[in-house]
Amino acid sequence: MSQRQVLQVFEQYQKARTQFVQMVAELATRPQNIETLQNAGVMSLLRPLLLDVVPTIQQTAALALGRLANYNDDLAEAVVKGDILPQLVYSLAEQNRFYKKAAAFVLRAVGKHSPQLAQAIVDCGALDTLVVCLEDFDPGVKEASAWALGYIARHNGELSQAVVDAGAVPLLVLCIQEPEIALKRIAASALSDISKHSPELAQTVVDAGAIAHLAQMILNLDAKLKRQVLSALSQIAKHSVDLAEMVVEAEIFPVVLTCLKDKDEYVKKNASTLIREIAKHTPELSQLIVNAGGVAAVIDCIGSCKGNIRLPGIMMLGYVAAHSENLAMAVIISKGVPQLAICLSEESEDHIKAAAAWALGQIGRHTPEHARAVAVTNALPILLSLYMSQDSSEDLQIKSKKAIKNILQKCTYLPALEPFLYDAPPNILKHVVGQFSKVLPHDSKARRLFVTSGGLKKVQEIKAEPGSLLQEYINNINNCYPEEIVRYYSPGYSETLLQRVDSYQPLV
Amino acid sequence: MATLVSLQSRLPLIDCQYYYRNRTVDGYRKKEYKAAVKIQSWFRGCRVRAYIRYLNKMMTVIQKWWRGYLGRKHYRQMVKTAYLTMKMNFYNEMAVRIQKRWRGFKIRKYCFNYYYLKEYLRAISDTNQAIREALEEFAEMRGREKKKADLEKEEKRKQNQARKTHYLLSTKQIPGIYNSPFRDPDPMEFEIRKVRAFQMPSAAHQIQQTDYEDLSTWLACTSKRSFPRSDILPPINRKQCQGPFRDIAEVLQQRYKPLQPTLRVATSINSEKDAREELRREEWNNRVHDNVFLPFSSFSKNEKYVPMVQTSTKYNGISYAQKQFQEEEPTKWMSNKDTSSLPSGHFHCLFLIPTSWPPLLLSNFR
Repeated sequence: MSQRQVLQVFEQYQKARTQFVQMVAELATRPQNIETLQNAGVMSLLRPLLLDVVPTIQQTAALALGRLANYNDDLAEAVVKGDILPQLVYSLAEQNRFYKKAAAFVLRAVGKHSPQLAQAIVDCGALDTLVVCLEDFDPGVKEASAWALGYIARHNGELSQAVVDAGAVPLLVLCIQEPEIALKRIAASALSDISKHSPELAQTVVDAGAIAHLAQMILNLDAKLKRQVLSALSQIAKHSVDLAEMVVEAEIFPVVLTCLKDKDEYVKKNASTLIREIAKHTPELSQLIVNAGGVAAVIDCIGSCKGNIRLPGIMMLGYVAAHSENLAMAVIISKGVPQLAICLSEESEDHIKAAAAWALGQIGRHTPEHARAVAVTNALPILLSLYMSQDSSEDLQIKSKKAIKNILQKCTYLPALEPFLYDAPPNILKHVVGQFSKVLPHDSKARRLFVTSGGLKKVQEIKAEPGSLLQEYINNINNCYPEEIVRYYSPGYSETLLQRVDSYQPLV
Repeated sequence: MATLVSLQSRLPLIDCQYYYRNRTVDGYRKKEYKAAVKIQSWFRGCRVRAYIRYLNKMMTVIQKWWRGYLGRKHYRQMVKTAYLTMKMNFYNEMAVRIQKRWRGFKIRKYCFNYYYLKEYLRAISDTNQAIREALEEFAEMRGREKKKADLEKEEKRKQNQARKTHYLLSTKQIPGIYNSPFRDPDPMEFEIRKVRAFQMPSAAHQIQQTDYEDLSTWLACTSKRSFPRSDILPPINRKQCQGPFRDIAEVLQQRYKPLQPTLRVATSINSEKDAREELRREEWNNRVHDNVFLPFSSFSKNEKYVPMVQTSTKYNGISYAQKQFQEEEPTKWMSNKDTSSLPSGHFHCLFLIPTSWPPLLLSNFR
C-alpha cells in the first residue's frame, strides 16, 4: 500500500474518534440519554480517549465525562473508581486552557455529589493544581477552578479546611476583583461555601481582606452576583459578634436596604438573611440596624414577597424584639405587628407560621403596652387556633403555646382576652382568668363590660379544684362583684329559684 | 648526858608516838580531805553560780531591749496598715457615694427617661418613613432604567433587522412589502429608509484586494504604500519610469524611519523632579520615624537668662503689678516647721479644714 493509503486509514480513525466523542458529548446534555449511555459502557470507552494524541478529542472527551458525572452520583463514582482522576489532575497542570476548563468541569461535577467523592478528589492531589489554575490568565479557567473548589468546600468543615490549606482564599479574593461578572459570581459563591462551616474559616476569609471587596459589590447591578455576595457576607457574619461587627464596619448599611427592594426574590431573601445574622448577636447591633431604618425596610420586604422568602425577615423581627423592650417598641411603631399577623394567617407552611408565632411572642412579652399592640391585631385567636389544631406540626404547637403564654402574662387588653374564656384549654384558661383577676379589681368600667358581655357567667361555669391557683383567681373575680350578681350568674341558679317556688307556701 | 639519856628513854616513845600520831592523823586525813573537797566544791559552785547569775542578768537586759525594739517596730507597722485601711475605706465610701449619684442620674436621664424614649421612637418612625420613601424612589428609578434599557434594546433589534432586510426597500417602480399602495406605509418602511445597508465584513476586504492588483501592473514599485495616499487616481497610459532606482526597501526605510529622539529630548521636563520625588518617597518609606536628627551641640541649652531692660534697670523703679499684687509678708503665714512627716496634703486638709484657720491660708494652699 502507498503511503497515502496508510495515512488515510489513520485519518479515518481520527475522524471516527472525533465524531464519536462529539456525539457522546452532545447526547450527554440530555438526561434521558444518559441511562442508555451508561448501560452501553461509555465510561470505559471515554477513558482512553482522554489520553488521545489529538487535543480536541481530549477536550471533548473530558467535556463528555464532565456532563455524565454531573448527572448523578453513580456515574461520578464510576469516574472515581476508573482511576481517571489522577490523569485529569496531571494534565490539568500541563495542557492548554480548553483542556483545563474541561478537566476542572469534570472535577466539579464529581465533587458536587457527596463528601466522599469530594474527599476522593482531595486525596488525589487535585487541590494544588486547582489553586494553580486560579492564577491562570484566562478567566474561563479561573471560573472553572473556582467553581470546583467551591463545590468541594461546600460539604463539610474538613474539606473546607483542606481547600484553605491549599492557599485558595487569597486567590479567590483576587478573583473577586476581576472585571468578568461570571468570575465574580463564582468566586463569591466559593468564599460563601468556605466560610459557612466554622468561625475559624470565616476568620481566614476575613483576614484575606474579602469583606471590603464584597461590600463594594453590593452596589453591582447583576442580580445573581448580588445573591452570592449577600450570601457570603451573611455566612461570615453569622458565627460571632466580632465577625458581625467587622461586616457592619464595612459600611453596608444603608446600602443593603436597597437590596431589599430588588426585583429578584433571592436577592431579597439573602439580604434579609444578612440583616438577621447581624441583628441576632447583641442589642447594640440590633440598635444600629433599627437606627438605620432597617426594620421598616424589612417589614416592607416581608409584605412584598410570599413563602420561604419571607422567613429570614420574620426571624429578624423576632431577634430584634427579643433583645429589649425599647427595640420591641421600635418594631411595633414601624408597623411590624399587623404584617406579622398577616403572615401568620396567610402562610401555608408550618415552619413559617411557627417563626411568625415566635416573633409575635417576642414582641408581646415585655410590657402590657407591647402585649396590647399585639392583641389589637387579633393575632391571639389565630395563635390559639394553631395551638389547638391537630394538623399543626409539633414545633408550631410548641411555639404558639409559648407565644400565647408570654403575651397573656402581660396582656391587660380585656376585649382581646374575652374570646379566650370560651375556647381555651385549661392550662391557658388559668392565665386568662389570672389576668382578669388582676385587672378587674381596679377598673369599674371593665367590670361592667365583663358582666354585660357574659364573661362573668362563663367564669362561674369554670370548674376548678378548690385550692388551685385557678380557684383563687375565680374567687378574686367573684370578690369584685356583689353577691347577688355572682349568685345570679352561677350555673343552676334558675333551678334553685324554681325549687324555692316549689317549696314556697303562698301567703293567703 | 642526862638529856641524852632522857631523850633516849623517850626514843621508843617517840617511835610509838610517831606511829600513833601518824595513825591518828591518817584517820583524820580522809575526813579533812573530804571536808576540804566539800568546801572547795561549794566555793567553786558559788563562784560559778554567781557568774551564771551575772550572765542571766545581762541576757535579760539584752532580750528586754531587743523585744522592746521588735514590739515597737511591729506597732509602727500596725499603725501604718491601720492608717492605710482607714484611708482606703474612706476612699471607697466616697467612691460609693459618687457612683450612687452617677448611676441614679444615668438611669433616670438615659435609660428610663420617658420623654427621651418618646423622642427616640418618633425619630425612628421618621427615619423609617424617610427610608421607605427613599427605597420607593430607588425601586422606581431602577424600574425606569430597566424599562429604558429594554426599549433601547428593542430599538436596536429593530434597526438591526431593518439593516439586514434592506433589500426590501421600495423603489420607484416596485413598491416594497412594507409600502403597500392600498394602505399607509408600515413603520418598517421608514426604518429601512433611514438605515444604511448591512455589509458583510469580507466584502470590504475583497474590494481592497482588487485595487492592489490593478496598481501593481502600472508601476514597478509594488507596495501599496508607495502610492500617494489620496483618492486621486493616476493618469492612464503612463510611461514606465526610467532609470536605475534605489532599492525600494531602502527608500521606504528612509521615508518611514521612525523618530529616534535623543535621550535629552526623550526625557520629560519633570523627570528630574519626579526622580527626586521618588527618592524622597523611598526614603520616607524606609524611615522608622520622621523626627529630624538634632545636632549635638548644647548651644541652645545653656543659654543664660537675659532679663528685660525694664526689669534690670535700677533707674526706673519697678513697673506696675510687680509690687501691688505680691504678698507683703510672705513669711508671716508660713511656719518653718518640718511638715514632711505628716500624711499627704489632701487628706490632712480634709480633716483639718473644719477647724478655724484664717481664710487667706486656704488660698495659699496648693
